[in-house]
Amino acid sequence: MGGYTGEELTAIFLMQGFSGLSLFCVFLLMALGLAIIFGQMGVINMAHGEFLTLGAYITYLVSYLASDTWPFLLDYYFPVAIALAFLGTFILGYLVERFLIRFLYNRPLDTLLATWGLGLILQQIFRSVFGPREKSVVLPDWLMGSFQASDMVDIPINGVMVVALTVVMTIGVFFLLYRSRWGIKVRATTQNRAMANAAGINTEKVDRLTFALGCGIAGVAGAAFTTIASTGPTTGSLYIVDTFLVVVFGGAASLLGTVASAFGIAQSQSILSFFLSGSMAKVITLMTVVGILMFRPQGLFASKVRR
Amino acid sequence: MDKPDTQALAASRWMDKFGGRGKLIQILIIAFLIMVVLPLCADIFRLNLYGKYLTYAFVAAGLVLCWGYGGILSLGQGIFFGLGGYCMAMFLKLEASSPENTAIQSTPGIPDFMDWNQLTELPWFWQPFHSFTLTLILIVAVPALFAFLIGFAMFKRRVGGVYFAIITQAIASIMTILIIGQQGYTGGINGITDLRTLMGWDIQTDFAKYVLYFACCGALLLCLLAGQFIINSRYGQLLIAMRDQEDRVRFSGYDVANIKIFVFVAASVISAIGGAFFTLQVGFMSPSFVGTVASIEMVIFCAVGGRLSLIGAAYGAFLVNLAKSSLSETFPQLWVVAMGALFIAVVMLFPRGLAGLVDDYAGPVRRWMKETFKRPQPAPAVEKKTAPPASNTSPDSAPILSAQESH
Repeated sequence: MGGYTGEELTAIFLMQGFSGLSLFCVFLLMALGLAIIFGQMGVINMAHGEFLTLGAYITYLVSYLASDTWPFLLDYYFPVAIALAFLGTFILGYLVERFLIRFLYNRPLDTLLATWGLGLILQQIFRSVFGPREKSVVLPDWLMGSFQASDMVDIPINGVMVVALTVVMTIGVFFLLYRSRWGIKVRATTQNRAMANAAGINTEKVDRLTFALGCGIAGVAGAAFTTIASTGPTTGSLYIVDTFLVVVFGGAASLLGTVASAFGIAQSQSILSFFLSGSMAKVITLMTVVGILMFRPQGLFASKVRR
Repeated sequence: MDKPDTQALAASRWMDKFGGRGKLIQILIIAFLIMVVLPLCADIFRLNLYGKYLTYAFVAAGLVLCWGYGGILSLGQGIFFGLGGYCMAMFLKLEASSPENTAIQSTPGIPDFMDWNQLTELPWFWQPFHSFTLTLILIVAVPALFAFLIGFAMFKRRVGGVYFAIITQAIASIMTILIIGQQGYTGGINGITDLRTLMGWDIQTDFAKYVLYFACCGALLLCLLAGQFIINSRYGQLLIAMRDQEDRVRFSGYDVANIKIFVFVAASVISAIGGAFFTLQVGFMSPSFVGTVASIEMVIFCAVGGRLSLIGAAYGAFLVNLAKSSLSETFPQLWVVAMGALFIAVVMLFPRGLAGLVDDYAGPVRRWMKETFKRPQPAPAVEKKTAPPASNTSPDSAPILSAQESH
C-alpha cells in the first residue's frame, strides 16, 4: 500500500480505527433505536435523526443550566442529562406513536413519508428555538483530556466514555429484547400479532412502548453525541440514510448484525478516508454495502422474522 | 347507419387505449391551461419558473407509474432527473467551452471547472456529449440503463417495498457525494453552470424561453399520454394486479420482476426527460436536484397530486412548487413547516391526493350538471349509439390475468 512501512500502517490503522470507533458509536446508538422500531415493528422512522438531535439539545440545555446557574453541579450533570434526554425523547416518541404512527401500521411506505414530514417540522422547530448555528456543550472536567496508551497513540477520554455508553446501551437493549418479559411480548407481537393478541398481550400498548423506547434510545445517543461533536438542527438527519443502511445491512431484526454492520461501515469509512478523500471513502463504503445488499438482500445476519 | 356506428366504435376503442374520453379531455384541459392560459397570464420570467415546475411534473408522473400503479416507492427519482439533466448540461457546457471561448484557460477547450481543478484533457465520459444526437440518445439511455441495473439486481432477488425505498435513497445519497467529491469531472457542488447556447442558439433570450417552455409542455403532454397508454394497456392491468396481489400474479405464470423492472425504467426515463428540460430552462444543473431531499420532495409532489392519477400528479408538482416558491420568498421558515405538514396531511388525511378529492367532489357535481343540463335534450338515440361501444370494449380489458403474454 502506497509506500507505507508495516509499522506505519499499524499505527495508521490504530488511529483511524479509533476515530472510526466514535463514528461506529454514533451509528450503533442510532441504529439500536432503529433496529427496534424498524426491525421489530416494521416502521420506517425517518424522523429518528431528529430524536437524536432532540436528545443532544436536551443535553445542551442541561449543561448550559449547569454551567450558568449552578457551576458546582457541572461535574455531575451528565448522568442527569442522559436521563432527561431519554425521558424527553421517550415522551415525544410515545405521542408520535399515539397520534401518527398508529394509523399507518399497514402502510409502511406511508409512515416513511409522514415521519419525514415530522422530521422537517422538528428541524424547523430546533432552528427557531436554538438558532441555525451549532451548539456545543460544556464538558465536565473528568470528560476532558486523554490518556497516553503509547507514545504514538493518544486516546481521548470522551471517546472512551462514548464507547462505554454504547456498550452499556447495546447490552441493555439485548437484555430488554431477549431476556425480559417485555421483550418476549415485543417479539411475540412481531412474529404473530393475532396470536399475541389472543394470548393476552396488549399489542397496542407493546407497539407504543416499543416505539417510545426506540426514540428514547435515540435520545441517549444524542446525549452521547454531544460529547464528541457539536449539535445543529440538521445533525441527526445527516446520519439517517447511513443508519438505515446499517440496519438493513445488518439484517433488520438482528442485534448482532446491527453491531457488526455498524462496525464494518464505520471502520471501512474511517480507514479508507486516510488513503482517499473523505467523500470517496464514503462513496466506496456505501457502494460496497449496496452492492452486497443486491446479492444478499436479507442482510448479513438473516433473521427468521416473517414479513 | 352502420358506418357511423363502426366509426364511433373505432374512435372509442382508440380513446380507451388512453383511459377513455374523460381522461383525454382532462389532458386537453391541462394542455389548455399550460399552453394558453399560463402564457397569457404570466410574463416570461414567471413563465420560465412555471416551466421549471412543470419539469417536476415529469418526475411525479413517473412516480405515479412506479409507485401508484406498481407499488414500488423509489426514493431515488432525483438520480434519474439528475442524470437526464446532467447529460443535457454536459452537452451545453461543452458547447459553451469551445476553444475560442476558453482561450484564457491553461487548457483551452475544456469546461472552466476542469481547468480550475488542473485537468488537462476532457475525461472519456464527456466525449460523447460533443454530438447533439448522441446526447439526446444518452439522456434517455443512461438513466434507462442505470434503472435497469438497479431494478434487475433488486427485483430479481425479490427485494421490494421498504428495502427498495431505503436502497434507492442510499444510491441517491451516494450519487450526490460522488458528484460533489469529484469536482474536476462534474463541477462539484456548484454543478454545471453558465449554459448559454444550444447548437449556437441563445437559450437565454425571451423568445428561446418561450420556445423551450412550449417544448417542455409538449413533451409533458406526450409523457402523460404515454403514461395513460401504459396504465390502460394489458400490461397496466397486470401492473395493478401485481401491486395488489403479487404472489397471485407470480403463480399465474408471470415474471413479476420483469413487470417491475419495466415500470421502474419507464418512470426513470420520464424523469430524465424532465431533467433535461430543467437544464434547458433553468440554465444550470447541480447536485442539489439529485440528492435524498430533492428525491423525497418529488415523492410528495406525486402524493399531493394523487398517486393514482398521472394528471393529478402533474397538477401536484406544479402547485406544490408554486406554493414553495411563493411561501419561501415571504416566509422561509414557514415553508419548511408547511412542507412537513403537507407530508403528514397527505398521508393521514387524503392519501389519494388532489385527484382523490376531485373524484370525491366532482362526481356528484357532474351528475348534478348532467341532470340539469341534459334533460331538455331529447336524444335517447344518441345515448344508445355511444353506449354499446363501452360495453363492447370493457370485456376486452376485463380479464386481468388471462395469461396470454407473459411480459
